[in-house]
Amino acid sequence: MTEQKSTGRNLGKIARRAFLVSAGVVGGGVALGLALSPNRLKIYQDDVAEGGETILNTWVKLTPDNKLTVIIPHSEMGQGVGTGLAQMLAEEMEADWEMVSIEQAPATDQYINSDLGRGYIVGEGARIPAFAYPMLDFAFLQIAKGLVGQITGGSTAIRLTGYYGMRRAGAAAREMLMRAAAEEWDAPVSELRAKDSVLYHDASNRSAPFGDFAVAAAKFKPNLKPVLKSPANYKIVGTPKERLDIPAKVTGEAKFGMDIIVPGMKYAAIAQAPVFGASAVSIKDPTNAAQQIVNLGNAVVVVDDSYWSASNALRQLEITWDGGNPTLTSDALRKLHNDHLGETHHEEVMDKAGDAASKLKSSETLSVEYAVPYLAHATMEPMNCTAHVHDGKCELWVGHQNPITARDETAAELGLTKSDVIVHNAYLGGGFGRRSETDNVIQAVRVAKEIGAPVKLIYSREQDMSNDFYRPAIVSRMRGLVEDGKISAMDHAYVYSDAGMPDSERPYAFQYEVANKRIARHPYESPIPVGPWRSVDFTQMGFFNESFMDELAHKAGADPLAFRLAHKSDPRHRAVLERLADEASWGRPKTPGAAQGVAIVDSFEAIVGQVAELTIEDNKRLRLHRLTSVIDVGQVINPSAAEAQIHSSVIFALSAVFFGEITVSKGEIVQQNFPDYDMIRLRNAPVQPVHFIDSDHPPGGLGEPGTPPVAPAVTNAIFAASGVRVRELPLARAGFRSA
Amino acid sequence: MMLSFTLNGEATTVDAPADMPLLWVLREKLQMTGTKFGCGIAACGACTVHINGVATRTCVLPASVAEGADVKTIEGVASPSGELSAVQAAWIEHQAPQCGYCQSGMIMAAEALLDQNPEPSDEDIDNAITNICRCGTYERVRTAIHAAARARREG
Repeated sequence: MTEQKSTGRNLGKIARRAFLVSAGVVGGGVALGLALSPNRLKIYQDDVAEGGETILNTWVKLTPDNKLTVIIPHSEMGQGVGTGLAQMLAEEMEADWEMVSIEQAPATDQYINSDLGRGYIVGEGARIPAFAYPMLDFAFLQIAKGLVGQITGGSTAIRLTGYYGMRRAGAAAREMLMRAAAEEWDAPVSELRAKDSVLYHDASNRSAPFGDFAVAAAKFKPNLKPVLKSPANYKIVGTPKERLDIPAKVTGEAKFGMDIIVPGMKYAAIAQAPVFGASAVSIKDPTNAAQQIVNLGNAVVVVDDSYWSASNALRQLEITWDGGNPTLTSDALRKLHNDHLGETHHEEVMDKAGDAASKLKSSETLSVEYAVPYLAHATMEPMNCTAHVHDGKCELWVGHQNPITARDETAAELGLTKSDVIVHNAYLGGGFGRRSETDNVIQAVRVAKEIGAPVKLIYSREQDMSNDFYRPAIVSRMRGLVEDGKISAMDHAYVYSDAGMPDSERPYAFQYEVANKRIARHPYESPIPVGPWRSVDFTQMGFFNESFMDELAHKAGADPLAFRLAHKSDPRHRAVLERLADEASWGRPKTPGAAQGVAIVDSFEAIVGQVAELTIEDNKRLRLHRLTSVIDVGQVINPSAAEAQIHSSVIFALSAVFFGEITVSKGEIVQQNFPDYDMIRLRNAPVQPVHFIDSDHPPGGLGEPGTPPVAPAVTNAIFAASGVRVRELPLARAGFRSA
Repeated sequence: MMLSFTLNGEATTVDAPADMPLLWVLREKLQMTGTKFGCGIAACGACTVHINGVATRTCVLPASVAEGADVKTIEGVASPSGELSAVQAAWIEHQAPQCGYCQSGMIMAAEALLDQNPEPSDEDIDNAITNICRCGTYERVRTAIHAAARARREG
């Protein structure tokens, strides 16, 4: 793994290359326009501008009635992304928040998140997180599959699109309006000011709304380096604006992919091969129940006039499957993991310093093994997609985290050009990584092509749960030595299957200062499909590292929180831990008789520290009273939405900690629905105080970072309460259950 | 069969198989998509509507059960003029929804709880609202229910 060793050099290299490319691009006057070029305005105006509207740049639409629409190149799956991005743009534009609305960008190339790359164009390369490198490459060169386009994932919307794109787009739009007004009023631009969507020239006592200059402003070339506001002058960013998508979500009006109705539409129910890799070799319909059967090879689909009748008929079919590995079991998978941890197996060294091996020959070395299971996403809205193949085109209606990829793969499947595939992106009823896959899209497309009518393909909950791209199960072996109260050496070896996490985000890092360390992964191909699951590799690594840190603290006879502080010098990390000790009342539980556990993980440019407070009642019944979070995410764009993201991450993680486990028997996924893949509900959800550190640091991501510390905070609290060290999840494995 | 019931205050007749779950009659026959499909086994609550005022999960409930009944869905919670209920208003004030998919069912369950129990304790809420939310909106849902209860008592 040379990439890790040369992270610093990498950054320089890519930044330099980007500069060279951007110079060419600027000279040629083309690619910048993804956001701001007048050329692009001309070409693509028809896409989203309706009568009387003028597009100032790709992300802003201003109408003569002074209404401002912010066009959002990310998917709304509960995180409030549109509102946060609109806040960033409106702030720099000096817009009146009451005039702002949002609109989902169409899945066309000009809305690709080129803003992820724009930081380079304007010379801010140093601030782009390593995570985005592949995306940056795309903006100008090539891109790795899966990172194309309007992806919503990796907690990138605010920290990249917002920070580099929206702010600058807003400021540039304001400058264009001011230039138009200056021309109209025959006054120097420098004498103009903007406030609440109105332009003022105080010297001549003139003022007019932005909308008056919407048309005139569009003729100016946008300034690529507009003057940005000082955070001290923010009025919209940093305030808890109500999310613009919420009103439609309390009246039933919000349209999710599942809710799309296309005239003449049929409904499709699907049975996918119960054993991964198997195919349907024979389909019988003894009762003649099915209106139409489509054999997709690894799945059988029944099409009918309603989903209910289609699924009834599907149940009547006698399908013979063949292929795959019908002997696969969870025990066999565990053995596979253990085998891959053997010394003879290929390993990739991810991080190394000093000489851990020599140190760890000590008889005092603590050596432990952890294991976490496969996990399903179980979004509330089961997978679905509506497709219509007609007249050499294909239309898709779907809630997708990456509509551009959905479009491209559909085009490839049908042999169409990309522009002949139209994606109508709907609200997502949860994503968590699952809706970045395209299996459901391609299935719907194939059925639609076969039947020649629009069709809505719906997964039953059972189909959804047993045909996921699961969070990978991992076995981890940790060794560590404490000398004179400090960790002198540590070693981590773990099995690894690629779930889409770029190594550049360093999920494997032991986030403490240790002189001698070695971290190595043992890659293997998971026999069941894996994919990104909220916070991706950080969930497993957070559990291993933070559990082990607790074990070492215990070995050292030290307070777990103080022990962590003793191994961290980063002031932001230290500040989170110190604030957490205060807010969570560390050492003095707020619930009488309760025990506390602490964990802290830095992921996606956000540092999250958490304390779980729990009591264990008779028969290992566990009552989780509070889970306190302290976060340094840099600048907080919308405090209310930010708090919600932490609440969400914590509950998502807790469901996994208590109940989450996908197992395999006879090659099939055992868990089918919520009774055997249970969820936290109101009655066992803890109280969740959330505190953000005040910061002017550029914003980090927030959709995922609240998840990784939850599991170790809880298991560390269980250890504090009972002396039982939980090294395998879920808690049910150790006999614990929720009170 | 021809099925007749009152839907959000309006007499409604629809042709549907007697054993078709009410959820699919609402969503597909009547194109009322506010009520959601989540699990198909009445475990998650996304499909909750009111039948004669009782919060009922409809994904396995044969539509024939609704014959002659008074059915209210999320689309019928606000007044005909569009005025939001106290629960809906509290949901917005406390910014409860995230992805929003489970929230129709969550709101219907909360409305029914407050109809029966104008001042629920935390424990009452825990027992009455067993809906699953994968976005983890529970803390704000609880806050919003208490706020809506207050607003209804004072309103």
